Amino acid sequence: MNVQTPVAKLTPNDYASDQDVRWCPGCGDYAILKSVHKALADLQAPLDTTVFISGIGCAARFPYYMATYGFHTIHGRAPAIATGTKLANPDLDVWVVMGDGDALSIGGNHTLHAIRRNVDLNLLMFNNAIYGLTKGQYSPTSKVGTRSPSTPQGSVDQPVNAILFALGAGARFVARSVDTNQKHLPEMLKRAHAHKGASFVEILQNCIVYNDGAFSDVTERDVAPDRQVVVEHGKKLVFGKDGKKGVRMKPGALELEVVTIGENGVTEADILVHDEKNRAMALLLAGMDGGALPVAMGVIYCNPVESYDVAVHKQMREVIEKTPAIEFNKLLRRGNTWTVNT
Amino acid sequence: MATKLASEPSERPARRTVESVVIRFAGDSGDGMQITGTQFTQSTALMGNDLATFPDFPAEIRAPVGTTYGVSAFQINFASYDIMTPGDAPDVLVAMNPAALKVHLKDVRKGGTLILNTGAFNDRNFQKAGYKANPLEDGSLGGFRVLPIDVSKLTLNAVEKTGLSQKDALRCKNFWALGLMCWMYGRELQPTVEWINKRFEKRPELAAANLAALKAGHAYGETAELSGFESVEVPKARSSPGIYRAVTGTEAVAWGLVCGAHKAGLKLFFGSYPITPASSLLHTLANLKQYGVTTFQAEDEIAAVCSSIGASYAGQIGVTSSSGPGVALKTEAIGLAFATELPLIIVNSQRGGPSTGLPTKTEQSDLYQAVFGRNADTPVPVIASSTPGDCFYVGVEAVRLATKYMTPVILLTDGYLANAAEPWLIPNVDDIEPFPVSFDIDPEGFHPFRRDETTLGRNWATPGMPGLMHRIGGIEKDYNSGHISYESNNHHHMTKVRAAKVNGIANDIPLQKVASGTERGKLAVVGWGSTFGAINQAVARSRARGLDVSHIQIRHIWPLPRNLGALLEGYDKIIVPEMNNGQLVTLLRAQYLVPAEGINQISGLPFKVADLEAEISARLEK
Repeated sequence: MNVQTPVAKLTPNDYASDQDVRWCPGCGDYAILKSVHKALADLQAPLDTTVFISGIGCAARFPYYMATYGFHTIHGRAPAIATGTKLANPDLDVWVVMGDGDALSIGGNHTLHAIRRNVDLNLLMFNNAIYGLTKGQYSPTSKVGTRSPSTPQGSVDQPVNAILFALGAGARFVARSVDTNQKHLPEMLKRAHAHKGASFVEILQNCIVYNDGAFSDVTERDVAPDRQVVVEHGKKLVFGKDGKKGVRMKPGALELEVVTIGENGVTEADILVHDEKNRAMALLLAGMDGGALPVAMGVIYCNPVESYDVAVHKQMREVIEKTPAIEFNKLLRRGNTWTVNT
Repeated sequence: MATKLASEPSERPARRTVESVVIRFAGDSGDGMQITGTQFTQSTALMGNDLATFPDFPAEIRAPVGTTYGVSAFQINFASYDIMTPGDAPDVLVAMNPAALKVHLKDVRKGGTLILNTGAFNDRNFQKAGYKANPLEDGSLGGFRVLPIDVSKLTLNAVEKTGLSQKDALRCKNFWALGLMCWMYGRELQPTVEWINKRFEKRPELAAANLAALKAGHAYGETAELSGFESVEVPKARSSPGIYRAVTGTEAVAWGLVCGAHKAGLKLFFGSYPITPASSLLHTLANLKQYGVTTFQAEDEIAAVCSSIGASYAGQIGVTSSSGPGVALKTEAIGLAFATELPLIIVNSQRGGPSTGLPTKTEQSDLYQAVFGRNADTPVPVIASSTPGDCFYVGVEAVRLATKYMTPVILLTDGYLANAAEPWLIPNVDDIEPFPVSFDIDPEGFHPFRRDETTLGRNWATPGMPGLMHRIGGIEKDYNSGHISYESNNHHHMTKVRAAKVNGIANDIPLQKVASGTERGKLAVVGWGSTFGAINQAVARSRARGLDVSHIQIRHIWPLPRNLGALLEGYDKIIVPEMNNGQLVTLLRAQYLVPAEGINQISGLPFKVADLEAEISARLEK
């Protein structure tokens, strides 16, 4: 495209629109917005080829606060709309912002298929484990026992694990981060952007009004080092305040366990090394739910293959090369025709 | 390699000439009746007859062999004059088994011809079809000219040398029957020979067998002593000069949409989900990638329409298609396209409903859905095609309206139009006026809901355009800035503006004309969609009998043509035949306070001319 490259470097503020942000004070979405602004500034992403597409929910207001192109659509359908946009103009950088109800309940099918097809979209799921905009009903990621207006005695159904869902759908990129982690989250967003294909990022987000502290047992500063393991490709899965805890394969079993280096004969050599191209490992890491095992943060799986939009356009080019278009009038006259004379 | 074959009518005594013939081919859904009918149609079209076809098949892909619910049929009416319907009553029924006879005998004209494959007339098949005795022997076929032929055995004999298994050999019997019918009506075999050679290019043994069966059927007619049966001739129709081809409504819609996209200077994105009878449009467009078409088979109906909206947002013309149940699922997304004022085309190939209804049968019962079927004040233009060939022009018009007015447009066809074929005078597309889209490229004073003062269509700015970054969405927006707005006066105003925009289309479409008859009179027959042919012929015959009746066919269902109300006031009585329980009639009564009355047939089948003619007579005698 014939665009003059701006001389001035874009700052995070340049990605903010002139509209007042209308989330509740203290909402985790503010922190995510800030991270997105920072990540885009780090990438120097052009404003005019960046598009944010969202569904419905608190998170879905996101595009209004971006100075890029934006489309606030309908509940659950953002991945489907984004698929059409990306196919129609592959030059666009398309980001999809979804909530947990949006992505995994009403729009579960579209999330599944956008991931399965591997459309080059950055799919950000803000997981607050609650329906905020409709005033606090439990969501498909709410823990069993969540008391809400619709489940006054507590919810009885099992939540879905978003990362396992994405991997099950055939995701080639999954990552997890926390809204307030302003060092980690922008890095995850940049990795998602760099990955060509569907990039699924689960962002644990605090809803201060309806589900305050839903993830505090994992995300609070004092417990985070012991409850999270930050995974990095090629690095050992060590964590804990003193860096002595590690995750290893339990001997004689197909499962992970937490061990302490230096205890019971455990050495650093026993600790697993993260391989982000290993799907089996990704499935094990994704299954760590914060019970006996820490919650995995970071790029859990990244193993790119050709994206759907690239394959579609490649096929179209092949067809055009093999059987080029003929003049439209000739197309209509191809095959069996007959002439009636005056 | 194809040997040139002709029916060589000159070597035979002069044949009896008839003006029109209606033939129905009927057999098991695995018997290849649709292929037989389609090939006979191609040959007939090339012979220069006018024609209309009606494929009628069950929803089951392969229902149990020999049962009545597995019967598939294909009817063709061809003539030396201008015809408009597939014909009321077949003159000839080709029945490949007892079930086909059982299902279709009631429709055959008195004194008509029955060509029956006696090879399938056995006790087991009688039982499956619900016959207590052999209908050939129990006198139930009295009054018909019956030609019993063991097509199965003759086919086996014909293809014996090709070494096919008996099962595969028997599958050639539809071509044997086609060969016989080609002899009977002087159709050339050559187009079918070419088709067989191409179709079975990689299976030469099957090509050889089918060709052998075809030629054997033809030769049978030439040599057998078929007492009372002769080869007849249907002279060419006197059509307008030009180049013709046979088209189905599906092909014509596909070409019309692509032509429209070219006229708008846009690429076309087609998002769809398989559903009967709309899927064939997806198949057709999937083969037109060279013409700027992207097809996307979505995960569901909602994703189909949403991906199309996403493509429109990015600057292509998004098109989706379905049938009634699928359109119901798309409803919310159509509202989004309406609210964000993005162009979108929804093609609805209507079928029998409600719910799953009659998936393979035709109906026009989605008019209410098209005009009214959305939450809130969400008027969208609705246009309906009346013939297979008309689908082309309606396709072009849908793109013009969607892009000029930045709105979803609903295009109504139906199962009959989608599958039926007719000769089509191929237009010169250069004669169609282009309507290029001019995207908004001016950052000065830009906001996404800037409008054209005349059309009220909003300016179209697409992602990727420098300096025009903006946000749109389903939330109400401020008229002056395009930002989200909950302000009450603004919502009132925006609702009025959107309605005025769509209503204004009435000034941009042709005035309603009378299809036949006079602009005032005793009776107007008002139709829409695929009832055109039947109404037109019924009115023509009634007028020939001296009755004061006129035919009005409405293409623009919403907004209605601006002169329609005044036009309707010029008639004493108005009747509205529809293949539904009365929908357009309600719309007309509501809009114009006219005493229109419905004529309703909800059988899953097109109207018969004779039935409508009787209705016309009854109304004028009242």
